[in-house]
Amino acid sequence: MFRRVLGWVSNRAGLDGARDFLKHKTVPAHSGALWYYFGGVTLFLFVIQVLTGMLLLLYYRPTPTEAFESVQFIVTQVEFGWLIRSVHSWAANLMVLTALIHMFSVFFLKAYRKPRELTWLSGIALLFLTLAFGFSGYLLPWNTLAYFATKVGTDMGGAVPVVGSFLRRFLRGGEEVTGATLTRFFGFHVAVLPGLTTLLLLAHLALVQKWGISSPKRQGESAPAMPFYPNFVLRELIGWYGALAVLGTLAALFPWELGTKADPFAPAPAGIRPEWYFLAMFFTLKLIPSKVLVFDGEVLGVLVFGLAAVGWMLMPFWDNRSENERRHRMLTGLGIFVIAYLAVFSVLGYWG
Amino acid sequence: MEEHETTDGRRRLIRALLGSGFAASIASFLYPAVRFMAPPQAAESAVNQVSAGKADLKPNTARIFRFGAKPALLVRTATGEFRAFSAVCTHLNCTVQYDNEKRQIWCACHNGQFDLNGKVAGGPPPRPLEQYTAHVQGDEVVVIRG
Repeated sequence: MFRRVLGWVSNRAGLDGARDFLKHKTVPAHSGALWYYFGGVTLFLFVIQVLTGMLLLLYYRPTPTEAFESVQFIVTQVEFGWLIRSVHSWAANLMVLTALIHMFSVFFLKAYRKPRELTWLSGIALLFLTLAFGFSGYLLPWNTLAYFATKVGTDMGGAVPVVGSFLRRFLRGGEEVTGATLTRFFGFHVAVLPGLTTLLLLAHLALVQKWGISSPKRQGESAPAMPFYPNFVLRELIGWYGALAVLGTLAALFPWELGTKADPFAPAPAGIRPEWYFLAMFFTLKLIPSKVLVFDGEVLGVLVFGLAAVGWMLMPFWDNRSENERRHRMLTGLGIFVIAYLAVFSVLGYWG
Repeated sequence: MEEHETTDGRRRLIRALLGSGFAASIASFLYPAVRFMAPPQAAESAVNQVSAGKADLKPNTARIFRFGAKPALLVRTATGEFRAFSAVCTHLNCTVQYDNEKRQIWCACHNGQFDLNGKVAGGPPPRPLEQYTAHVQGDEVVVIRG
């Protein structure tokens, strides 16, 4: 009976074609293939975020008078509430980490080169969306750290030339960070960003499928390949289980702090700092003096960060060698410099 | 040949008309949506004078009070004088506090420092803090903008 139903579904849905396709799809197999799994792990963490996010939505209330209390209720009263919230917070951080590893591995393996420029661009856009998820989600518990992080972050938006003041008002839903900001950020976090991310993710995956996974093969040699199904899929599953183990351990042993409720009429507490992935930017902003030539320090900071991000995004157009050509020494050096800058400034931002 | 050219010309015209009509309809859908996203301009709060609480603040301490919708800082200097400032850091908008050891105003976010006239004493802030006039009326400190 089951077999008959399965046969019927397979026939009507055209699953035979999909099975044939999977049978013939291959993935390059070589010593650097480990790096391929980080994109998949990032996708897996995104799925975890969607699922735990849906659960949190059952209790969370997005108003300044109730937000902090509702998260407090989730972590103290709801069964496994502490775990679900902790998993959501930790998975968010791990997702930024795996997305960064994925991006830098693509960078160093030169997988962004022609014809995969659009895959790179969509990937960078997905990274920005991930950071936007992090920034908007951070405010939702309405605690002191989040309140000031949002004040600073949205004020940086205000330092963007020409559109700055509109951007700040748009992000804040007014002149100040208030309940209007919380409502907006909630909307961005649970509706706008998931919608955009899903669309872009589909495009990204379709592009990966269209051009295949890049293989850093030497000229004249073609890299060995392994079947996508079951070989690669099973290996990827091991990666997912590994990620789940790390996530579960972190979430259970180090439950995410809730902090104190935001008070718009209290000073910023000493030792305040943003999430680790904004630490390098935070420390740089601390160092830039108030005036550099004709620029206000923070305007200059925002301009430099913005231009650096655009420059990084346009990488496939600076390095227009074909995929099998030798490495581009200067760009590899630039990548190492960027990683060193991020690492050193993040550590200094944490301790300094 | 001529007939072909005429047909091509007509096609181009029709395509341009359809295209611009389509673009205009899209713009007419988007315009209200974009306008909707920008929050309405709230009337600037007309608050020019507030009470900053009782005048019982000890010398070399400070307190935050509300000035309209924004936080403000009332400092009582070591000599007993009251001074009031906007508590919004001019760098990136954090709320400042009084550091009674260094006797200056300090922002914890990016280590901005201001002296007790509101002037930048160190760190990244680009402008001084807005200073208000503070004076004692009865047992209350009254703070006035400007």
